[in-house]
Amino acid sequence: MSTVTYAVADSATLLRRNIKNQMRYPTVVASIIGIPVLFLLLFVYVFGNVLGKGVAASAGGTGHYVDYVLPGLIIMTAATGSLGSAVSTSMDMTEGIIARFKTMSIFRPAILIARVISSVLQTLVSMALIFGVAWLMGFSASASVADWLGILVLLSAVNFALTWLGVGIGLAAKTLDVASNAPFPLILLPFVGSGIVPTSTMPTALRWFAEYQPFTPMIETLRGLLYGTGIGNNAWIAAAWCVGISALGFAWSMKNFKKDRTR
Amino acid sequence: MSAYQARSSGVDVAISVAGLRKAYGEHQVLDGLDLHIPAGQVFSLLGQNGAGKTTTVKILSTLTTPDAGHVEVIGHDLATDPDGVRANIGVTGQFSAVDPLLNAEENLALMGRLWHLDSKVAKERCARLLEQFDLVEAGRKPVMTYSGGMKRRLDLAMTLVGAPRVIFLDEPTTGLDPRVRRAMWDLIRDLVADGVTIFLTTQYLEEADQLADQVAVLNGGKLVAQGTPEELKRQVPGGSVDLQFSSPTALDQAVAALSGTPLTRNDETLTLRVPNDGTAASVQALLGRVDVTTVHELSLKTPDLDDVFLALTGTAPAPAAGDADKKEKVLA
Repeated sequence: MSTVTYAVADSATLLRRNIKNQMRYPTVVASIIGIPVLFLLLFVYVFGNVLGKGVAASAGGTGHYVDYVLPGLIIMTAATGSLGSAVSTSMDMTEGIIARFKTMSIFRPAILIARVISSVLQTLVSMALIFGVAWLMGFSASASVADWLGILVLLSAVNFALTWLGVGIGLAAKTLDVASNAPFPLILLPFVGSGIVPTSTMPTALRWFAEYQPFTPMIETLRGLLYGTGIGNNAWIAAAWCVGISALGFAWSMKNFKKDRTR
Repeated sequence: MSAYQARSSGVDVAISVAGLRKAYGEHQVLDGLDLHIPAGQVFSLLGQNGAGKTTTVKILSTLTTPDAGHVEVIGHDLATDPDGVRANIGVTGQFSAVDPLLNAEENLALMGRLWHLDSKVAKERCARLLEQFDLVEAGRKPVMTYSGGMKRRLDLAMTLVGAPRVIFLDEPTTGLDPRVRRAMWDLIRDLVADGVTIFLTTQYLEEADQLADQVAVLNGGKLVAQGTPEELKRQVPGGSVDLQFSSPTALDQAVAALSGTPLTRNDETLTLRVPNDGTAASVQALLGRVDVTTVHELSLKTPDLDDVFLALTGTAPAPAAGDADKKEKVLA
């Protein structure tokens, strides 16, 4: 077999292994959707009445607060998914199975390729579950089929970027604890963006940060695709962030992947 | 895994290592290691914790790159053809490299696919390994539920799926209870009978004594001795009988009675060390020459690898039995 055939075969083999692992360890999916679902319930049912009125006044939209808050929480899921891939990667590295793979004559990048693809799929499934929960809570969107395809592309790109970052964290972390705590600030980042309330309602300094941080253009693009609100430059800025974060996570992963981490 | 594999290619030296050096920061772990390991033998690298055994295995199995030195495994240069090395080796380490969320069958099948085996060949081999390693019953249970011994057996079985010609066993029985350890030894003997070359690291001298054709003692990043277990044992003083006497007078009398034999006398403990091969006949002959009513205590001392280790490294080796006992509870 040629190198290309090996590359595809080994990536597929390891992808199957990862998906099998994910199915048998659903705790990871539960922990990925846990935090966003908790916030969804909290913000819609506890703060929703007050926040909804404020948001409706300043940002338009459908008038249901669940509709406003959902894009931010979907992007938050990309961050919790990133945590999931950091944990899975770190677990693999400390379990010794990856060391075994590395002593075998396989296409080595397959290990990371399989990890990234399976994590992206896992987070997309988690996001679909969150859409489902939101739908039960009265979420409705005006998106067309083409818009939904755009949403799939956007969320795949966001997940791809944050997964590489998670893999980078998982490879760099010396222990599982570090791997599971380090991505935590990412999860709170949508709060200091347009996730919960419009940035226009924030004090100047915070507003500046909120408008320029990576999650805001992603949230705004998703919001635009869902409800037809203006996207403007946000799609391009979000794309640039995705490329940048992917490249950073990839380079970081490569640097640490070569190191042997067992013992 | 059959005999022809190790011999057919005409490679007599399975592993050759010259001038291997590796440092982690300030710490020089390997300081110029040379090894020549013939094919089809068990080579045992002996040393205490931190002697550099695992580092050696990691380098030879392509996990870690050395700072200097030349390594060839089955004729493949480690530096220029690591994939050639990888295609010929299997590694079972101290910490199990199994997927805990898969079952034994799936773990073995995964190895078959990563070795790019024909699916029929892989299926047959995995089924045979499950049987050989007594894992048929547990085959479909998740590995998470396995005992330490079962995990270790599965680990070794996974290493064998690709029928590698060189197998690295890095402390394969550390932490296993004595019964499981003996079962592992039998499995290792079967492998050698099939023509596989085994590179075994251990801190248990008994293990090296039981299994190895060649033993090398690693201390401070250097080899301090190399040879067959018998050759190494010959390097230390032979066996002896220690006689402790009831009084200084009795000791004097015994020394007089045994004149002509090279004796080691200790007046403080009233002990006399007499060279003796430890057989019943020679002990009886010795006792016939002294007044046994004055002998307070008698002890036999036969040389073992522990003496070699002590003589060569100046430190006592790890107590195998005690260590295993401690971990037995955890693994049971």
